[in-house]
Amino acid sequence: MQHITKIFPRIVANDDISFQLKKGEIHALLGENGAGKSTLMSVLFGLYVPDGGRILVEGEEVKISDPHEANRLGIGMVHQHFKLVQVFTALENIVLGVETTRGGVLQMEEAREKVDALSKQYGLLVDLDKKIEDMTVGMQQRVEILKMLYRDSEILVFDEPTAVLTPQEIDELIRIIKDLAAEGKSIIFISHKLDEIQQVANRCTILRKGKFIATVNVAEATNEQLSEMMVGRKVMLQVEKDEPQIGEVALHVEDLVIKAPGLSEKNKVNHVSFDVHKGEIVSIAGIENNGQHEVVMALTGLMPATSGKISLNGEDITDWSVRKRNYKHISHIPEDRHKHGLILDFDLANNFILQSFFTDKFSNHGFLNSQSIQKYSTELIKQYDIRSAKGPDTVVKSMSGGNQQKAILAREMDRSHDLLIAVQPTRGLDVGAIEYIHKQLVRERDNGKAILLISLELDEVMNVSDRILVMFNGEIVANVLPKDVSERDLGLYMLGSKVGA
Amino acid sequence: MKKLISKILNNDAFSNTLASIISIVLGLIVGLVVMVIFNRAGAWPGFLVMLQGGFSDGARGIGQVLYYTTPLILVGLAVGFSFQTGLFNIGVIGQFTIAAYVAIIIGGKLTMPASIHWIVALIGASLAGVIWAAVPGILKAYFRVSEIISCIMMNYIALYLVNQLVHDTHYESTTAMSAYVKKTALMPKLGLDKIFPGSTVNSGLFIAIIVAILVYILLYKTSFGYSLRCCGLNRDASKYAGINETRNIIIVMLISGFIAGLAGGILYLSAITKNYKISELFITEPGYGIPVALLGMSHPIGIIFSSLFIAYIIVGGSLMQGYGFPVETVGIITAVLIYFSAFSLVFKNKVNKFALHFSYKESQKTDSLKNE
Ligand SMILES: Nc1ncnc2c1ncn2[C@@H]1O[C@H](COP(=O)(O)OP(=O)(O)OP(=O)(O)O)[C@@H](O)[C@H]1O
Ligand SMILES: [Mg+2]
Repeated sequence: MQHITKIFPRIVANDDISFQLKKGEIHALLGENGAGKSTLMSVLFGLYVPDGGRILVEGEEVKISDPHEANRLGIGMVHQHFKLVQVFTALENIVLGVETTRGGVLQMEEAREKVDALSKQYGLLVDLDKKIEDMTVGMQQRVEILKMLYRDSEILVFDEPTAVLTPQEIDELIRIIKDLAAEGKSIIFISHKLDEIQQVANRCTILRKGKFIATVNVAEATNEQLSEMMVGRKVMLQVEKDEPQIGEVALHVEDLVIKAPGLSEKNKVNHVSFDVHKGEIVSIAGIENNGQHEVVMALTGLMPATSGKISLNGEDITDWSVRKRNYKHISHIPEDRHKHGLILDFDLANNFILQSFFTDKFSNHGFLNSQSIQKYSTELIKQYDIRSAKGPDTVVKSMSGGNQQKAILAREMDRSHDLLIAVQPTRGLDVGAIEYIHKQLVRERDNGKAILLISLELDEVMNVSDRILVMFNGEIVANVLPKDVSERDLGLYMLGSKVGA
Repeated sequence: MKKLISKILNNDAFSNTLASIISIVLGLIVGLVVMVIFNRAGAWPGFLVMLQGGFSDGARGIGQVLYYTTPLILVGLAVGFSFQTGLFNIGVIGQFTIAAYVAIIIGGKLTMPASIHWIVALIGASLAGVIWAAVPGILKAYFRVSEIISCIMMNYIALYLVNQLVHDTHYESTTAMSAYVKKTALMPKLGLDKIFPGSTVNSGLFIAIIVAILVYILLYKTSFGYSLRCCGLNRDASKYAGINETRNIIIVMLISGFIAGLAGGILYLSAITKNYKISELFITEPGYGIPVALLGMSHPIGIIFSSLFIAYIIVGGSLMQGYGFPVETVGIITAVLIYFSAFSLVFKNKVNKFALHFSYKESQKTDSLKNE
């Protein structure tokens, strides 16, 4: 790709970027949120027509006007936010658009054989007859990868593939990517996690604010150098914090039980009790799908508890409505930003008032007060450094993934609350933003707020929290202080092979 | 100057309007082609007459356009309002039909002074619409029954029920239609009959415009409207925000049914000659709700204009018969135009793309000027 330029209203997303991918290499793309990585890849994949520059594949200049053209040139892409048809099965999604038909009749069996062979070859385990909506994100991603391979793509683009995965799934994915490269496929790998880049990539291209900064050999660069090139200043990769000033109990959960849906006898959450104190960051660590999700849903009121009691500052909130919990009590950074966190078709300002639109601050006898909404939004945007094209009037759909996440964070941090529940709050953020979020969490703590952090990342858990709970199989199997436990032990707790205090 | 153009181009309201206009023009071209196929000689003059629409018939013609516009605004609003909140009230037809019956009965059977008779009849009609919409609303809110299916069922129930009821209770056998409503129950003219002599336009037009403005305010200016739009755009996020979706679904259906009922009432109280015809087919007016809403991008103000346009074409189309076009062709041509209106969303995206390109070119020019 040479001199690629792509302009959106009031923003130059790609400014004269040149980028070269060698055959068989794994090339990482690194840059802050909104640096233009997804945009550059969308240009390559034919989703956007560039305003300048040219693309060469194997030395020949090509015009990629749409994704079909990209497919034909052997370019495949796994998008940051998957593009699968929810109500179709995995197999239907994989063949969609390139179906083989005979006399107008779909030939699914041939397709199934080919997909089966591919999934065996690369160890991509997928239940081909399951509908996408019933799958975990990890499995959806494997469907996306199979979809690319089924189309015989030679250039594979992964846009932040690891942001949505558990550490185990990440190891698996990295193995797959390395296998693919060994087969001679060329891979572009976007990630904010420097360790991953060190692990998989041969070379790394760094973008900042739409501009090309450098292409380096990964082996010759340290994490510190990479992050400095990307942010333009030194970044603290470790969280700095003082000893916590632990206050009285804020959140008290007693004997919480949540039954699994359907006829299953097993409980998703099985007699769980724990406390979170004021001025304390408690994290729940664990492998995905061990009941953490359900605990959060019950705390926020999005799912009813089968039995048990939840109280906040001494008040029993078990039967409170979602709105009552939201209002001045609980802030919640949700796991899935597109599903729960944002209304993508609204502008930023309207997203900032999602839970508080009816309060006196933003409405007046039932009428929205657009002036104060506008003013409030401008403040939040400034304070949390949310980058967007039109300020409060930017439609959220057009913002980069990381900036969408920042918008949610800003809203939830700023709303008044006693308890902040943060689920994967730094998912998809660049190192600079992560540093910032962690600082904010610690500041919240120092202001005497209770914080419950749910994270799949051991690093984050070890770094940020004051106390760690580990969930396994719907139960809390460990309650430890970070200084008393090694990452290895934590991993064992998470696998259920060790049970602690 | 160029800056100004680029600013206008990037304005949302402008691109909506432009998109609607483009789809109308394309619809007209295709309509003309259809006309040429049917009747080569009459095509051009017929087309011109259709374009002149209401204007070719003087003040009366304009009055008739406004008369047709009135129910279209209301049914368009009923559909568009439900669209915006993520529901699809396809039951506007049934709500309209049942309301028409209630208006006819109150207007034809009861005796009241002129100052209140029509008001009572209108209120009765609207409430009938509300009740008819409540059924799918409750089924959807509490039992997750698709409103589309229950609305279609309610439409058929309304059609056959009203056919039977009209026949049994208020029937004029010589015309095979409903009997007349009393003069006291007719919509007041408010002087519109002086401005547009010979036409049936009446104060219902003002009611329709006021309702459009109220719906606009409700949707965009109130916190309740905000919560409705949230539900329409992302149900999971609304739940997360603590918005009571069950309540919203019911309220939206009730309001939508109210507006549909109002439309039915106003149309059947508009003139002594407007009677309910017993038929196996649905009344045509509420059927325009969906195209009107689509062409108006479900925006209340857009709906006023799209109703005007479609009413204009209906009146113009009816005049084409004088040029050797059978009634059926007139129907086809209006249908072509209306179907094209559904494409306005496609054109909206094109307009936006063009606007982007234009502003980019301009910004480059200014950049190069700076560099020099
Ligand atoms: N469709 C669009 N319309 C307008 N602006 C857009 C659009 N898509 C992206 N942008 C803007 O272009 C810039 C680059 O966005 P892009 O999604 O490429 O960032 P990114 O590097 O992938 O960031 P992240 O790490 O957060 O995903 C952002 O400022 C974004 O707001
Ligand atoms: Mg991105």
